Amino acid sequence: MADKAIQQKIVEPEELFFKAKREKQFITGSEAVKESIKRANVDMAISYPITPQSESMHLVGDIYAQGYVKDYYRGENELGVMSAVAGASMGGVRVFTATGGQGALRAFEMFPTWAGARLPIVCAFFCRGLNSPLTIQPDTIEIGLLLDTGMLVLHAETAQDLYDMILKSFIIAEEPDVHLPVAVFADGFFVTHTREIVEIAPEDIKLPPYNPYKAPVPVMDMETPPVRQMRDPFVMKSNYVSYACHASWQQEVRAAAERARKHINKYLGGLLETGNEDAEILIMASGTAVSQSRAAIIRAEAEGLKVGLVKLKSLRPFPKDEIKALAKGKKAVIVPEFNITGWLAREIKSVVEDNSKVIGAPRVYGGMTMPPKLILEEIRRCSK
Amino acid sequence: MNNKIYKISPGFEKIMPKDYRDLVNDGPFDKKLGVKDLGTFKELIEEHPLCAGCGLALSKRLILASLPSPENTVIVGTTGCSSLSFAQVAIHNIHSIFGNQNALATGLKRALEIRFPDKTKDVVAMGGDGAIGDIGLGMVMHSWFRGEKFTTIMFDNEAYANTGGQESGMSQKGAVLNMAPTGKKYDKLPLPEIARAAGCVYSAVVTPARPKRLEKMVRRAVLLARELGPTYIQIYCPCPTNYKFKPSESLKRTKDMEKSGAYQIKEYISPAAEELIKKFEEEK
Repeated sequence: MADKAIQQKIVEPEELFFKAKREKQFITGSEAVKESIKRANVDMAISYPITPQSESMHLVGDIYAQGYVKDYYRGENELGVMSAVAGASMGGVRVFTATGGQGALRAFEMFPTWAGARLPIVCAFFCRGLNSPLTIQPDTIEIGLLLDTGMLVLHAETAQDLYDMILKSFIIAEEPDVHLPVAVFADGFFVTHTREIVEIAPEDIKLPPYNPYKAPVPVMDMETPPVRQMRDPFVMKSNYVSYACHASWQQEVRAAAERARKHINKYLGGLLETGNEDAEILIMASGTAVSQSRAAIIRAEAEGLKVGLVKLKSLRPFPKDEIKALAKGKKAVIVPEFNITGWLAREIKSVVEDNSKVIGAPRVYGGMTMPPKLILEEIRRCSK
Repeated sequence: MNNKIYKISPGFEKIMPKDYRDLVNDGPFDKKLGVKDLGTFKELIEEHPLCAGCGLALSKRLILASLPSPENTVIVGTTGCSSLSFAQVAIHNIHSIFGNQNALATGLKRALEIRFPDKTKDVVAMGGDGAIGDIGLGMVMHSWFRGEKFTTIMFDNEAYANTGGQESGMSQKGAVLNMAPTGKKYDKLPLPEIARAAGCVYSAVVTPARPKRLEKMVRRAVLLARELGPTYIQIYCPCPTNYKFKPSESLKRTKDMEKSGAYQIKEYISPAAEELIKKFEEEK
């Protein structure tokens, strides 16, 4: 445990998120993570330096040494870290960790386990490509693999998003009607390693502490009823009751994620953001593909082409009704992605009425940046 | 422990099953009971689905009766035969995934220290030989290297019993089991010695044929973990189902294993632990 504690004033989440005067700092995405955790009243953070890694978790170690976090250590491996944060969360404290790419997949078994155990863990994922061949470059392929673990999934475009989404995720995750883990994704390198101006709240204020007694499941501290779960564990039974119990538990996890919509709307201002949504052609994207799309749209406008932009912030819950309504009557929906699988195009195709207008392009992968020119070419093609 | 945790709300006494009423009226919480009192109080484990003659079931019963403060103990289990008899245990217990019990217990113990700085909350990680000796060994050893203050207990049935009797690292050399059709090619893992080298202040091996010895070791391990650091106990748990002997012969087999030297009772105690044990046992 930390030797010293920093004195910070506890304020209501609304104060920290919206009212407190923000200061502009020119910092990296990893530093934005640190600033976020500084104000999040986190009890424990556990780290592991797998390749790929960003600075974020060792910067969290620095603020632990300064007294902002009560306990922190470097775990033995990714699975060990994801297990230890689960244990800490079951013990009733607020926890944070981060991973990415191969590391995330190494620990994969824990993510559905977190959701099933209703643990409000916040974990940042800094997306990287997956082996083989060996890569550490930016690529969002892992998001597609992690969409259906039961965690809430947010995708940050910028360091500002990363700061805000992580901080707000603790409050969304801990809502008693949600109480699920939140995965906050950001594109590795493009967001973690580059500097931008980020507006942040004063460092002498922090969120209220986590109250584990508001959890929909008992905290494992021998202070909370019930003391005995059941006489007949379902795992042993091959009968209707045990199947129905497991099925209804899974349904409740999904229902809890749906109930997060209102909290995401309240704190993040919606599951998506739109600009020029009346245009005939829309670009729908998440993460840094949104930034590249903005650049492409400026060039398209110079050519007299009108294009709208839909930035998806929440992927789970998925803004299906919003996307369906936005896509209605459009000529084309362009979905640029930083991965080979096109998981976002697939998601969007699954909810729009006429999915032949969804263009799953451009896609870049293997670590390349996405030239706005490629997006512009799609816009031109669709405008004909 | 908060007594509300198991007391029955007024008006519901008749609805609760008898075994639960017994737990409230005659349970062991806050009473400082032990193995010698078995039969005089309602035990922490209710009817469970483990096989007849299961050495693990007997060991678990003895461990639960030996815990120095069950009212402030949280158990971290893991996948295996033992996980099938945790839902019936009247102590908070966790099942996460196969082999991650020591990593999870690390987070749990540290969280309880943050939340209850003025109370002692014991954490005990329990698992089979597959979980502790094979799939989770890295996480087990790292919890020892880090000096985490909780006890690890292995139910050693020398096989993957819950999946049908496959070879584990703890199986004896030459044992013919599933996945070892021509016999195991290498020695049983020297886990007690590994534990000692990895930083356990106390590492012991026992069998359920010696209930008093087992109790003493469990108490020592839990009390030492509170004060000093990691402790390890390995318990031989004969498995009639997979080693194909009669359930009624489990204890005989245990004694035979001890007699032949195939399973040796051991106790490694660090000098600091030795000193503390003297203090505890004098106070008692």
